[in-house]
Amino acid sequence: MPTISLRLNGKTVTADVEARTLLVELLRDRLGLTGTHVGCDTSQCGACVVHVDGRSVKSCTMFAVEADGREVTSIEGLARDGELHPMQAAFHENHGLQCGFCTPGMVMSAVDLVRRRPDASEQEIRTWLEGNLCRCTGYHNIVKAVQAAAKSARR
Amino acid sequence: MAGDGIGAAVLRKEDRRFLTGAGHYTDDLQRPGQTYAHIVRSPHAHARIKAIRTDAARGARGVLAVLTGAELAAEKIGNIPTGWLIHSKDGSPMVEPPHPALAFDRVRHVGDQVAIVVAETKDQAREAAALVEVDYEELPAVATVGKAIAPGAPLVWDQAKGNTCFDWHVGDRAATEAAFARAHQIVKLDLVNNRIIPNAIEPRAAIGEYERATGDYTLTTTSQNPHLTRLLLAAFSFGAPEHKLRVVAPDVGGGFGSKIHHYAEELLVLWAARKVGRPVKWTAQRSESFMSDAHGRDHLTHAELAVDRDGHFLGLHVEEVVNLGAYLSTLGTVTPTYLHGILYAGPYKTPAIYVEVRAVFTNTVPVDAVRGAGRPEATYVLERLADLAARELGIDRVEIRRRNFIDTFPYQTPVALQYDSGNYFATLDAALDSSRWGSFEARRAEARKRGKLRGIGLSTYVEACGAAPSALAGALGARAGLYESASVRVHPTGSVTVFTGSHSHGQGHETTFAQIVAAQLGIPVENVEIVHGDTAKIPFGMGTYGSRSLVVGGSALARAAEKIVAKGKKIAAHLLEASEGDVVFEGGKFVVAGTDRSKSLGDVAFAAYVPHKYPAGLEPGLEENAFYDPKNFTFPAGCHVCEVEIDPDTGVVRIESFTVVDDVGTVINPMIVDGQIHGGVTHGIGQALLEQCLYDEESGQLLSGSYLSYTMPRASDVPSYEVSTEATPCTHNPLGSKGVGEVGSIGAPPAVIGAIVDALAHLGVRHVDMPATPERVWRAIRSAQAQG
Repeated sequence: MPTISLRLNGKTVTADVEARTLLVELLRDRLGLTGTHVGCDTSQCGACVVHVDGRSVKSCTMFAVEADGREVTSIEGLARDGELHPMQAAFHENHGLQCGFCTPGMVMSAVDLVRRRPDASEQEIRTWLEGNLCRCTGYHNIVKAVQAAAKSARR
Repeated sequence: MAGDGIGAAVLRKEDRRFLTGAGHYTDDLQRPGQTYAHIVRSPHAHARIKAIRTDAARGARGVLAVLTGAELAAEKIGNIPTGWLIHSKDGSPMVEPPHPALAFDRVRHVGDQVAIVVAETKDQAREAAALVEVDYEELPAVATVGKAIAPGAPLVWDQAKGNTCFDWHVGDRAATEAAFARAHQIVKLDLVNNRIIPNAIEPRAAIGEYERATGDYTLTTTSQNPHLTRLLLAAFSFGAPEHKLRVVAPDVGGGFGSKIHHYAEELLVLWAARKVGRPVKWTAQRSESFMSDAHGRDHLTHAELAVDRDGHFLGLHVEEVVNLGAYLSTLGTVTPTYLHGILYAGPYKTPAIYVEVRAVFTNTVPVDAVRGAGRPEATYVLERLADLAARELGIDRVEIRRRNFIDTFPYQTPVALQYDSGNYFATLDAALDSSRWGSFEARRAEARKRGKLRGIGLSTYVEACGAAPSALAGALGARAGLYESASVRVHPTGSVTVFTGSHSHGQGHETTFAQIVAAQLGIPVENVEIVHGDTAKIPFGMGTYGSRSLVVGGSALARAAEKIVAKGKKIAAHLLEASEGDVVFEGGKFVVAGTDRSKSLGDVAFAAYVPHKYPAGLEPGLEENAFYDPKNFTFPAGCHVCEVEIDPDTGVVRIESFTVVDDVGTVINPMIVDGQIHGGVTHGIGQALLEQCLYDEESGQLLSGSYLSYTMPRASDVPSYEVSTEATPCTHNPLGSKGVGEVGSIGAPPAVIGAIVDALAHLGVRHVDMPATPERVWRAIRSAQAQG
């Protein structure tokens, strides 16, 4: 069984994993980081999005061994010192979540969008979020939240 | 409104845990010694099980048990029940076939449960499940309503002739025939209400635990109503005594109806946990959700509306065949009958209505309530007819609605319901204004210059929420009461814990319910904690569905809080040496009227728990229960306006704007109300444009079994919405609220289809079935052009 070592939410983690183990399985089942969710089995829903070396990745489409030597951030690592990340705060202030199940993946995806395109238009935000399904919010307030976070990032 | 009272947009208390990944959904939980279950499911729509060989699976690494239907039957474990007995026109009861948790002689749909494999790890359970050998003898299948009712169709159940479960009706046939006889014109329409799959983003999951020392069971499950699940497990399916069975539904990741129902897997994990002596967890893969979560809608409808020369509706006759699937799910039989047929008055004064619903079995997943549950189907028929009547009579679509609107309340409909309040003109006018309906033709002309076809559509609807007075429900065939319970516990220092039988799966009860209690007791929202989702903590409950939580559950809370105030007055009067009748409760204080003498809620609570100076004969403590049985349904109503643009070369429909003005009665938290409407509208747009559950007609195979083939609405498919509310309070519950969870999915589909038909009307297109996919719209344009 291969041994891997990665930086996870700022800490070094070492684990023995089967070659077939997915990154999301490592996070949820082995490391107990259950904030990253699984909503489908075809890499469509985006509930499992995390950051690998700062870029958003569906953690169900990546083997754990591929994370060896890399920097992984999950939703648990986004808030710093108990203070919500501006994107998390924007989701709260704009009612961008209801049941909360898609939320971790949605937030991680949105953080990457704003990093890449702080001046994204509504249409660009909607197109970017195509890989994240939400059944509760109708996306209306998610888009508002991302716009609000982007605006504060531009300041 | 400022502050955190009724009507304030208080930010949600539950958000932080969800935003930081600290929520606890069922699959997030790990029990000590936990094992994993995998369900072996039928690959066939209809087959006889000739043999099941489990030796290889039992011998596989890590496997603890392989259980089949034969063992289930041998232990005389019961069937999954249905919650509502429907009678046919002739008075005969519906055909009610058994629904075993594991099929043992025949499988009746793709995904039907055949065996459960329990192993040390998830992978071991899945791999061993592939070693279970089942010999099937395939049988002819019926997957669609059309095929099920064809003469000589294969039977899903031998006892259900013609595959009919029941042939129900409501309304007055003779009065309706008389209305048709004197009609100026009869508007006719055939339509399909497409079958949809609910798709909460959290897949279903369940953990069964059994404590050998005490005989106690615990089920942790993705449920909208843990008490109902416990009741059904105890009284019907599993047979564990209710006092030895705890059902917990922790954070639930969306439901939309699909997590109301009692599912086989809930029974199977409890049974398997007892067998293996360790906790057993099952989590659905999404592909399993598609073939095992109850589906929704699936009606085939012929409807006729009799109108006079001026467009007044005289009579309505609706004939429907509806799909129940292979088994009767929890609310499968009430959804297309008492949640549907009695909605056919809508907002209109149609004096005579007759509705006939034939419900049939097919070799498909059971069909049950999905967001709106029966009301979207009725609204869609009615609104399509209203549009067509206007068109055929040459009357404006808005005007024909105005001419027929109910304008006095209370109003007794010809199909059982009595509306208590509403103002359909107000929501219509506001929606027309907000959507700039009056200037639409200029936008149509501008689009035409760009080669695009632009259309506008509206729907005006009434729905029924907050089911229902228990005695009425019982008389109509319900097998349970439909009240709600609440308990308010004031702690010695004056903070409050509230226990409610409603359960949130995204609706924000921890915030809205806290606002209600905080407002009534005059304390800050942060001093109120809501506890829900656990049968060990909450007295009883019927759960969350049918937009009932605020109107029934919230009313129970209001009643319990009133009792707290009443008892508090007695205590305060004693402390203040005043007579009880002179004490009033205002702003969180018990005050001797006309004086400045007062005691705070905290003072009174402290006295209640440290009763040194206390009224003689009064029990110590400050905690009150209430069970609230609704006096009537509530009747949210509103108007939705949709504007679309169609590319005639591709048939692609783009929603340009969507405007909602809903009357949901008194609004507790407008931010949450708007969010519910956004989600519901998107669900409705999904049904109207994108979503279609498809089965292969011949084989009964599920063709739309993943997100690659079933089209969910994505962020880029919908616009931002214009949403507002107009309130006429409900007259018969203490809050004045009417319910909001389903209005969006009820009002949206006919507004979308109305807009598409409006865009294509000049070509002669009269109707386009849902989902209005690019192919379907393109074909409608081409065939109209070919005929024109």
